[in-house]
Formats: sequence, structure tokens, C-alpha cells
Amino acid sequence: MTELENYLFSGIPIRTTLDNSTTVQYAGLLCQLTMKARSTVRDIDPQNDLTFLRIRSKKHEIMVAPDKEYLLIVIQNPCE
Amino acid sequence: MAARGRAPRYGHPSAARTAGTGTGAPCPRSQERGAAAYYGPHDALLLARPRGSKPLRARHAGMRSFSARPRGITNSDFRPRGRSADWPPGASILARPVAVTTAERQGRGGAGPRRESENMSENLRSSKTTSKSPKTSAKKQKGDKAKQSSKGKRKQLDKKDEVDLSMERIGHPEIFPLVFTTKTQEIFNCRVDEDVTEENCFKLIKKEDIIQDLKTRAAISDFYPVKRVVLEYPGEELLVVFDANFQYGQNFYLVASEEAKENFLKPPDTAEEKEEKSEEEKEGTLDVHAYKRSVRKPWVSLGSEKEVEEESVKGYVTKIKYMFSRARRKFGAPIRFTDRNASHVKDSYVECTSYQDTTFSIKLLERDVGVQMVPKVKEASTQTKWTYPKNAATQYSPRQLSNEEMEESLSSEKLKEFLTSVHLRMEIALQQNEIMNAFFDDWKALAEDETSSGDKSDVYLKAYQSFTDPQYLKDRSISCVRWHPTIYGIIAESATQQHSDEERINLSDKLLLQDSVIIFWSFSDPIHPQLILQCPHDIYCFQFSPSDPNIIAGGCFNGQVVLWDISKHEERLQNAKSITVGVKKSVVNMDSASVLNLLESNDTSEPSYMEDDESVTEPPLVRYCATSSTEGSHKTVITDIHWLPDHFEVNRTGTTFENRAEICIQLVTCSPDCLILFWDIRVTKLPGKLSFEKEKNIFDMPPGVPDTFKHLALSWKPLIKINLCKSDTEMEYSPIKICLLEQHHHYKILDKAQSLNKPQALARENPYAKMSVPSNKPLKVLESISNNFFVGTKDGEIIYSDWKIKIDSDSGKPVSKKPSHKYIIHDEAVNTVQISPFFKDIVLSVGGWNFAIWKEGVTDGPILESSCTAQRYTTGHWSLTRPGVFFIGRDDGNIDIWDLLKKPHEPSHFQNISKSMITCISPWIASPKQQFLAVSDDSGVLHVLEICPILSQSSSNEQANVLDYFEREVKYLKNYEKYQEFQAKERTEKELETQMEKTSAATKQKTKRDGGARKCRL
Repeated sequence: MTELENYLFSGIPIRTTLDNSTTVQYAGLLCQLTMKARSTVRDIDPQNDLTFLRIRSKKHEIMVAPDKEYLLIVIQNPCE
Repeated sequence: MAARGRAPRYGHPSAARTAGTGTGAPCPRSQERGAAAYYGPHDALLLARPRGSKPLRARHAGMRSFSARPRGITNSDFRPRGRSADWPPGASILARPVAVTTAERQGRGGAGPRRESENMSENLRSSKTTSKSPKTSAKKQKGDKAKQSSKGKRKQLDKKDEVDLSMERIGHPEIFPLVFTTKTQEIFNCRVDEDVTEENCFKLIKKEDIIQDLKTRAAISDFYPVKRVVLEYPGEELLVVFDANFQYGQNFYLVASEEAKENFLKPPDTAEEKEEKSEEEKEGTLDVHAYKRSVRKPWVSLGSEKEVEEESVKGYVTKIKYMFSRARRKFGAPIRFTDRNASHVKDSYVECTSYQDTTFSIKLLERDVGVQMVPKVKEASTQTKWTYPKNAATQYSPRQLSNEEMEESLSSEKLKEFLTSVHLRMEIALQQNEIMNAFFDDWKALAEDETSSGDKSDVYLKAYQSFTDPQYLKDRSISCVRWHPTIYGIIAESATQQHSDEERINLSDKLLLQDSVIIFWSFSDPIHPQLILQCPHDIYCFQFSPSDPNIIAGGCFNGQVVLWDISKHEERLQNAKSITVGVKKSVVNMDSASVLNLLESNDTSEPSYMEDDESVTEPPLVRYCATSSTEGSHKTVITDIHWLPDHFEVNRTGTTFENRAEICIQLVTCSPDCLILFWDIRVTKLPGKLSFEKEKNIFDMPPGVPDTFKHLALSWKPLIKINLCKSDTEMEYSPIKICLLEQHHHYKILDKAQSLNKPQALARENPYAKMSVPSNKPLKVLESISNNFFVGTKDGEIIYSDWKIKIDSDSGKPVSKKPSHKYIIHDEAVNTVQISPFFKDIVLSVGGWNFAIWKEGVTDGPILESSCTAQRYTTGHWSLTRPGVFFIGRDDGNIDIWDLLKKPHEPSHFQNISKSMITCISPWIASPKQQFLAVSDDSGVLHVLEICPILSQSSSNEQANVLDYFEREVKYLKNYEKYQEFQAKERTEKELETQMEKTSAATKQKTKRDGGARKCRL
């Protein structure tokens, strides 16, 4: 089961399949994390950029695809 | 006196006074001297007592001066003038001891006391004014003199007073410089350089001559200025000294005092010399005269001894004398003392109380006062500002786009671009997850791989401990082993004779001689049993109650059911580790206090009913507290006993009801006498109870046996009797092992056990104490409870039946149901029928040379049947943690470990444990990481083995796999049956075609055998 979310890069959700509070939480936190990850990649090599971020947790896998202005976050539940 | 009121310019005023006033009247200025500030500390020293004046001194001051006075100086010589308090504390006569002695020495030369004192005063004075002394430092004096003379002249002119002529100013008031004209010199025969020279400068002139001269020459007399002095002069002769060096300003000078005259004439040289010497010595400035030790001189009384006499205390009152006498005969006479009350006789005692004597009041004259400086003490305080904690909260609302904005951004080109760019990446990631399980635990899988592919040598049962007892277990076979459900490391075993049943019956008389016991062992003490339960007969089986592990039910050789209550010893078992070997805890029978009290009471309060003195190391013997009546019991040995689960109970017809108390109250036993009996440990209302029996029971019961099951004593009769008769014949089955399908699951018990093991468990009330008569309220019938059970018989049959009692239509008597199924699988007596702890419908049966696994509902036979082995299987037990594993004991002392998932056709491992036959196997989970297997053998030794982790830890989906395996087996069996049927049909058709000899029964028989063969193939 996958859930799709679209975010503006400032952390404001544009479209979501999750409930509102979860969306806000995910959007705020993952936006920051992605920014941090991106800056890390860029600090190491200024010509490089972050294209994809996968976070594998006990319960889900969170996949983040960042771009210049938008962020696509997919949360995948393991057992379907 | 003319000198009065004239303030001396310099020099010591006291010196001027002493010398200048001469003798006679007290010092005119004594009044002025009253002011203490005026005195120097030395003043008192210099004061000579004016003649004729009475000494004034306080007694205590005199004492002080007296004690400090040097030898030879008396108080009469030196006395402080004025008030006694004026005597300065620092002023001591000792201050000038040398001068004083010198003066005294001087005075000793025949001069009278008066002279002496005068001399002394002068000497003292001169010594006092050391630096200014005219006699010691002449040079200085000269300068002084010059000044003085001029001054004196001026004064003379000013005041026209003859006294002014004296040299008082420079400290010599007795010297009057005179100018002697040549005429005067002639008259008095003191011509310069003829009668008087520088060396012989003294000339004594008679007073009368001077007076004569004054008369004759009157004003022109050279003595005119000092006329008055001459007239007042006390002596006969006046001394005129030729002042060759004009020491005092004139060519002659008159000495106007008798003392001074004496000084000049008599000892001038010696006195001066000595004085000078002493002065120099004292000053020690220039001359280096060696110190000469003063020579001791004989004491000369100057009157001090009189004062000593005065001061000394003398008794002057005649002393009072008392004489006591007593008659001679009374001496040595025997004395007798008697008691007497002092208050009875008047004046028999005198009380001397202390009181303040008013006649003596001593005025306080001195007082010690101390003053101590302390720094200024200041108190100050500050306080810090306290900020009150305050709850604060902020709340934010997430920024969200409005619908229009959302629409706008969703339809924007940018988003489309973004999605197209991101789309591929995300798709790849999701595809990856689809292909590979992202949540697959590699680590766990790795560990499982290792265990499953582990070496054979890794699988083992490690010998942990073994127990045996020479007294109770010698040459005996262990019939049953049970772990204590709650307490760690406690295991109980029962022992029986090694003989076969037939032999036992023959030897029954002898058997009674040997103690039948259940022995409790603890891991902490491998030598001494922790507890011994007394049994009326050999116990073949026993079970701890799942509700309360302190209740143990056992089945006897003679068919009786026995109950024990070991709640009093629970603590001992729990503290088994801390109990040292030597500590005796022998309590044969315990007091019949309530169970609750018993739980609290420990060894200190126990020995009230100590019956026999057992040896120190003897464990406590616990007597059974109830046995079933012999009439109602089994006729022969009880081979299996089980507690019914706590969630239901049965009534006389075998109907199951809910169990409200949720404690195990019913037992089921089986015996080869074809009976399966249900027992209820609650009070039953049996009418057949005779009164004498009751009395007998009470009589029989030794004191101290817990009365938990008092109501059951001997009159205890079974609730249900199930007679297993063979359906076709009158033969009866002789069940050995029974297995109720509705069972406790071991893991459940263990969960419970762990919770009970907590410290609170001690305070927990014995559930059986609350056990009450079943109420008359209709209990809810539980239909879901399975009434079915498996029974293994002596002849190797496995019977599947249920315990519902049916009313026989013919006789109206309740008759137990006929067994629904029976299978002959084992060739000898079944020794194990056990339900799997994981599957409610899987049963393991062991007997003879093979084992079988059964599934309830599969009526065609066992789902798994092992091939026959060379050794007899004697016992078996499921593993508690691995669904596919079970242990089987063999009569050669080996243990086979079967792992159905690994090797269904042969034991995956086997291990030799003992030399003799394995009689019982009982596994136990001590902790999630530790499991033990208790294995008993025929020779009375109990082995405790540690099960290696590979055998004890199940893999994640083992249960499912095992279930799958069993299902496969069932399917296979059904298919095989069909195939068999089909084959049989074909064959029968064939046979029918050829000949009609074979019966269907034979075919059936053959089918069975073929089934066994099939299993062997596996």
C-alpha cells in the first residue's frame, strides 16, 4: 500500500492521501530532513545534488523525491 | 619657708625639696603631690620620710612593700607618702638595690640613723639623676653652673632674696657661693693660697665667729647675704669651701647643711669614688669595669624584724582543753548495736546546715576583670528573586494553501515538470521494493540459516545435574517426574518398585515395608532432598495442580488417589538456595492453622508438632492430607492422573459446565482396571458416609496435616465412572494413559507460572482455601468444550472416546459411551498419550517399538506412524517450544530427539543418558534462554539435562510449517486411503472374479499394515 503526497518545498502540502495532522507532521519534518540531506550532499560536492531519499524504518519505508520547488513523499507500508 | 611657691626650673622637684628644705617640717608641697599624675613611677622611691611624720600606709600596701623590700631597708626608711593606693604598683625598692646598699654602706661608718637617711637620700638622688648629677659628670655641670649662676644673679637682682644665692637651681640648695674679701679671709684665717689651697679647700668656721663678724662688720660682712642661713644653721661649725675653680661662681661657698658638711669633710674621697664607680658600672657606657660580685655582709638590723614580728600571727587565747575518760572495765567489753529510730529520742542527732555568717562581710577590694575584643557582628540577609514557573504554550496552525491556490499550483507547469522528473525515480524505487522485500530481516535470516544448517555435534543435551537418594531411591524405578510449575529449579519425582505388575501383586506384603515417597529436589542442593511427600503406596503418577502448585494429586499403586498440600513448605522450596545443608527444617506434621497463616509462617514458628527427632539433614516429611476411599477407587494401579482445566467442570453425567472459581477442582484418573474416573476435590454430598468412618478418620489423622482436604478423607468417591468396554465383545480395555483433548497448554501455564513467581505470590491466598461446596445455582453448560479423549491401553490400542454418560435405554442406568474409535498401532502397552502444546488436536502416542502422531478428526488412523525400532520406546514428550520436536526415551537409556521438519523418518539426534531404561521425560522452560529436560531412569537416578538452544528455540514460522506438514500428512493419508480403497476395490473385483475367499476384515487388516509400511518409506 502506498500513499502519495505532494508538497510544496516550504513544507505546505498541496495534495495528500493521508489525514491532515499526519500530513502536516510528515511535511514539516521531512522537508527539514530533505533540506539537510541535500545540503550535506552539496557540501561534499557542490556540483552534486540529492535526487532521492529512502528511509527504511521498522514500520515503513519513506521515499522522498526532491526537486527545485516540490517534494514528493511516498510512505510504503511493509506488509500488504 | 622662702622656697615655697617657687617653681624650680629644672632638676627634679623632689630632690630639691628633700635636700633644700633640709630637716624638720613635712614637705610643704605634699598636698600638691596628692595628684597621682604628678608622680613618676620612681617618685615613691625618692621620697624620704619627713622626720616626725607618722607613716601612712595601708596594710596591704605595706605588706607588698615588705615582701619586696631588700635586705637592710626598712619601711621606716622608705615610706610612700599620701594615700596607700598612690604607691605605684611598679615602684619597688628593688629598682635601685645597688644605690641603696651603697648608701647603707656609707651610713654604716658610725653615723647615726638620721645622718644615714640623709646621706642615703642624697645618694639616691644623685644616682637618680644620673646624667645630670653634678658629682659624676663634672664637665656638664660646669656648663650648667655657668648658666645657672647668671640666672641666679638675675634672680637675685629681681627678687633681692638671699636664698636665691643658694645653688638650688642646679640641685645644690645647701651650697651658697660667697665672695670673701681679703679682709674676711684674714679674719677667718682662710687666705687664699695660704690657709686654703685647691687641695685643702675646706675651712670650718665657727658659727659664733660668723655671727660676731656679722655684728661687727654688719652689712659689709661677706656673710651678710647668707646671714639668715648662718643663723639658722643647726651645727656649731660651718664649712666654707675654697672654690678655686669658681665652680659655683665665687671664690668661696658655704655649705649650709650638716649632712653636706659631713659629706665634704669625712668621706669625700671614698664616697665619691665608690659612687662614681657604681655609677659607671650601672651606666656601662664607657668604662669596662668588671662586675664585682657583692660580698655578703652580716645583717644589720634596721628595725625590720620588729615589723616582721608585728605581722606574724600569734595565738594569744588560751586553748580550751577537754578530757574524756571512761571506766577501765568498759574497755574491750563486747559491743552490741541495736537499731534505733533517730527521731524517737530527742536530740539524738544534730543537723549542721550551712548558713551565711553575717558577722563576716569581706569587702571586695580586688576584682579580676577581663575585656576581650570581638569583631563587630553584623546580621545581613539577601534574597534572590524568585521567578514563578509559568505554563506557556504556543500553538501554530500549519500553513495550508487555499483551494484556489492548490488548484493553481496543481495545474501549474512547474508541478507537471516536477512530477515528470520525479516520477521515474519513484517508480524505480517502488519497483525495487516490489521485487525485493524491503523489510526482510537479513540478520535474523542469517541466524536461522545457521541453526538449521548447524552441525550435528551442536545438537546435544548437556548434563546439568543428577539426583539420587540412597535411602528412598535405591533399586527403585522412577515412575513420574514433574517440575514445580512456579519455583525455579524444583523437581519432584515418584519412585516405584522395579518389578513388573504381576510380581508386585505377589510381593505386596513386602512392598508395604518400603517407604513410598515423592521426593522434591532443588538445583541448589544435589544431595539432599528438599521435601518428601509420604504416600500410602507407591505412586505411579502425580500432577501439580495448575491453579495452585502447592496442591499435588497422585495416583497410587493400589488405586487410591492421594492429595498433598505443601503450602507450608513453599517458602522452603523457594528459599532452597539460601538454605544450607545443615539447617534442619524437619516438620513432620504441621499445625492446622489456616492456609493463609501457613504461608506466612516460616521455620521459626513451625516446630509445634514435631513428632520424631529426625537427623539434621533430613528433609521435612509431608503427610498426604487426603486419600480416596478404597471402595470407590480403582482396583489396581492408577497409571495416569490429570487435572481438568480450570475453565470448566463436569457433573455426574459428564456434561461440562463453566467453572466459576476458575481453579482446578477435578481430576481424571485411569487405571488398567478399565475405568476412567473423574474426581471432584470439593465437598461432596455422598449419603453413604458413615458416622463411625468419620470418627475413625479424625482419629487417624495425625495432628498438623493441612485440613485443606479434610472433607475428602477416605470417603472420597469418584464423580464419574467411565467403563471402557470393547464394543463388540465383553472384553474391556485397560487404559494406561489418558489424554484429554481439552487441556492446559503448557506455555499458558508457564506464563502463569512466571507471574506467580513474583514476590507477591507469597501473599496470594491459597485458592483451595476458598473452595466451597458447589452452589445450587444452575451453571452454564459449555458446549464448546470437547468431551473427547484419547486413551492408550495396556494392549497397545489407542482409543478415542468421550466421557458423556448416556442413559441406557434398556436398564435406565447411566452407561458410558462406547469408544468411538480404536486403533491398534502399538505392539505393547502405550506409555505416552500426549497432546501437543502447540496444536490442540495433535496427539503423540508412544508404546512398544514405535510412536504415532494423531490428529483429532482424522479417523483413518495416525497421521504419522514411525517404523519399529530395535529398542523399546518407554516414554515420550513434546518439546515445549518447538512444535515439530519431541523426545522419546528408550529402554537402552538413550533419548531420541525427533525433529519432524528435519527428518520425519528417523530421529534427528540421539543421546545416551543412562545405562538403564528411561522411565520418564519432562521438559521445563527455566528462562527464555534456558530449558531443562528431566530424564529419569529405572535405577532411581534423575538426570537433569540442559537442552541446547538449537533444540529449544524455534524458528519464526516453525509452527506454521509443522502445521503445514501435518496437514500435508492428513491429505496424503486421505489420498492414500482413497488409493487403498481404490486398489482394494480393484483387487476385490479381481478376486471376486477369480475366487471369493478373502473377507473384508482381512483386507482392512492388510490396509493397516500397508499404512505402517508407507510410513517406513517416508
